[in-house]
Amino acid sequence: MIDIALSVALFAAVTAIDGFGVLPSKWFWRLGAYLVPYLVIGWRVLFRAARNIVNGQIFDENFLMCIATVGALVIGEYPEAVFVMLFYRVGELFEQIAVGKSRRSVAALMEIRPDTATVLRGGEWVTVSPDEVAIGEIISVKAGEKIPLDGEIIEGASALNTVALTGESLPREVSVGDKVTGGCVNMSGLIKIRVSCEFGESTVSKILRLVESATDSKSKSENFITKFAKYYTPAVVICAAVLAVLPPLILDPSSAEVWRDWVYRAMSFLVISCPCALVISVPMTFFGGIGRASADGILIKGSEYIETLANCSTVVFDKTGTLTEGRFAIDGVHAENGFSEKEILQFAASVEVGSTHPIARAVCSDFDGELIPVSHLEELAGRGIRAVCDGKAVCVGNARLMADIGISGIEKTARASAVYVAVDGVFGGRIEVSDVIKSDAADGILKLKHAGIRRTVMLTGDRREIAQSVADSLGIDQLSAELLPDGKMLALEGLMDGKSTNDKLAFVGDGINDAPALARADVGIAMGGIGSDAAIEAADVVIMDDKVAKLSRAVELSRRTIRIVRENIAVVLFVKAAALVLGAFGITGMWFAVFADVGISVLAILNSLKIFRM
Amino acid sequence: MATVRKIFEMDGVDCAHCAAKMEESIRTLDGVTYVNISFMAQRMTLEAEESKFDSILKKAVKLCRKVDPDCSVIIK
Repeated sequence: MIDIALSVALFAAVTAIDGFGVLPSKWFWRLGAYLVPYLVIGWRVLFRAARNIVNGQIFDENFLMCIATVGALVIGEYPEAVFVMLFYRVGELFEQIAVGKSRRSVAALMEIRPDTATVLRGGEWVTVSPDEVAIGEIISVKAGEKIPLDGEIIEGASALNTVALTGESLPREVSVGDKVTGGCVNMSGLIKIRVSCEFGESTVSKILRLVESATDSKSKSENFITKFAKYYTPAVVICAAVLAVLPPLILDPSSAEVWRDWVYRAMSFLVISCPCALVISVPMTFFGGIGRASADGILIKGSEYIETLANCSTVVFDKTGTLTEGRFAIDGVHAENGFSEKEILQFAASVEVGSTHPIARAVCSDFDGELIPVSHLEELAGRGIRAVCDGKAVCVGNARLMADIGISGIEKTARASAVYVAVDGVFGGRIEVSDVIKSDAADGILKLKHAGIRRTVMLTGDRREIAQSVADSLGIDQLSAELLPDGKMLALEGLMDGKSTNDKLAFVGDGINDAPALARADVGIAMGGIGSDAAIEAADVVIMDDKVAKLSRAVELSRRTIRIVRENIAVVLFVKAAALVLGAFGITGMWFAVFADVGISVLAILNSLKIFRM
Repeated sequence: MATVRKIFEMDGVDCAHCAAKMEESIRTLDGVTYVNISFMAQRMTLEAEESKFDSILKKAVKLCRKVDPDCSVIIK
């Protein structure tokens, strides 16, 4: 910093003196004067260049800058030599600041690592590092503190801020018996937690490991630019060498003027030869994209999946647990023959209270009235339950049970599962039960379509009528229902084979039983990843909460990242190519060359930082 | 052949190009099964034969410094 400021001041002074013609016109006086700011700013670059040559790094950027500026000094372009060196150092400094800023931004977005845990040992609360706490120990978390480890609340109630983990800003209410995840912030009361796993295996550690290693897998664009960098620099340097020697030999080998002109053009080539602009800005954009997504509770396992997500045109959903809550709830009650809806519900709930059948559980949990004592309860496998209730013979079950007791011709429902109730042999009505569709699912699908997803597909093992009604209410384009477990894979294979390789397909599941599909799709997205090891292992993208709307966010962020990467690659290549061509014809000089190198690098980096503002 | 994979923090890796050069030269070391250097995360992931790991790590650090003498591998 100081050397840059000093050099700028000296350079300005020398230029002013030189401009007023105060300096003696002898060339060595001028060279001597300009050498002062040049060395102040450039000694470090010269030193590094010399050291790296000893190490065998020939096409090192420091070395190229030295050749270019020393060359300029030799042919008498003193101010340009100083300016190029100065600009180079300023650019380098800026790059460091920007990269550091981007690293810190991502680190801040991932502020979930707990520093300490307060654990009960020998009757006293002691503060230790989270990795020293063993399974089964009791920890206490005060209001305002971060929960250090996963576990179950054994005392107290509070609201948790899970924003750092899931991106969800609505607090989550918890009390005794609830499982909590490390990384959430306790917002109100004191809670005590029994730890259920070691720190190394905790959700926080898994997330951090996942995000940290996300930059290990490199995208096609990143591989392209590193490969490009490998050939670009030597190629430009060779061109520069040819440019310095060949034209003067052909034109007029005896003229010093001709030599000076072509050497100058060659020197400006060397200034452009560094691929910095690309090799810094492209990985930085991907890094920023991954970091930005994790702040929203979307964990992307590597830059390559950003590319895949950006090219996604088909999204395939597993129904249960992904688009629906995976639990049944009462959808409607239809009473007949003089019974009221409340009576029907009351009979059904009273009889089914001890049953474990999912439909019975839904009826019982949604009924909030008083239960009637029952006797002579009889479970009829595959049919339902028969019992005596309030002195009446009550049958609760499916259509077969109704047929058994002589009730026929009952109306079947298409879109839901139903349970029928008969009292003393008279048909009382039906209760319709269906899997609850997530409240944000329809909106999420719509947003996906706005984000450019052309086709949405739902795979399910459910009955066609039920699946169709879910698909219709969500706006899903295509449906495969009544699939056996391996049928889902076959359906997915069919979709994968039926599309072109440029159109990518995403499979979205809840991580339970769909690991093969998550792995088979171009990009596997697991939803509701917290606490599910299988999901975090199998998927390429993990959405931490179960919001369907996060999918479009993931696609949009990926598209945006890729767009910035493409903008950078295109602009950098264009400006460099322009500078090379114009420089070769002697139209532009070193000033433009240094802009094409450092200036454009700074612009590309600034462009990359845009991703954080999304 | 038993291998171990360890992760090291790094400092002063200037760009992805340098990182790629470091990776390339470390990959040629005998006994190295996987190496990845991330410029943005400033991290090296090294997987190598367990019995030779320490000597491989030493060589890897030397190779990194050959590419960029200002960079360092933080070994805890």
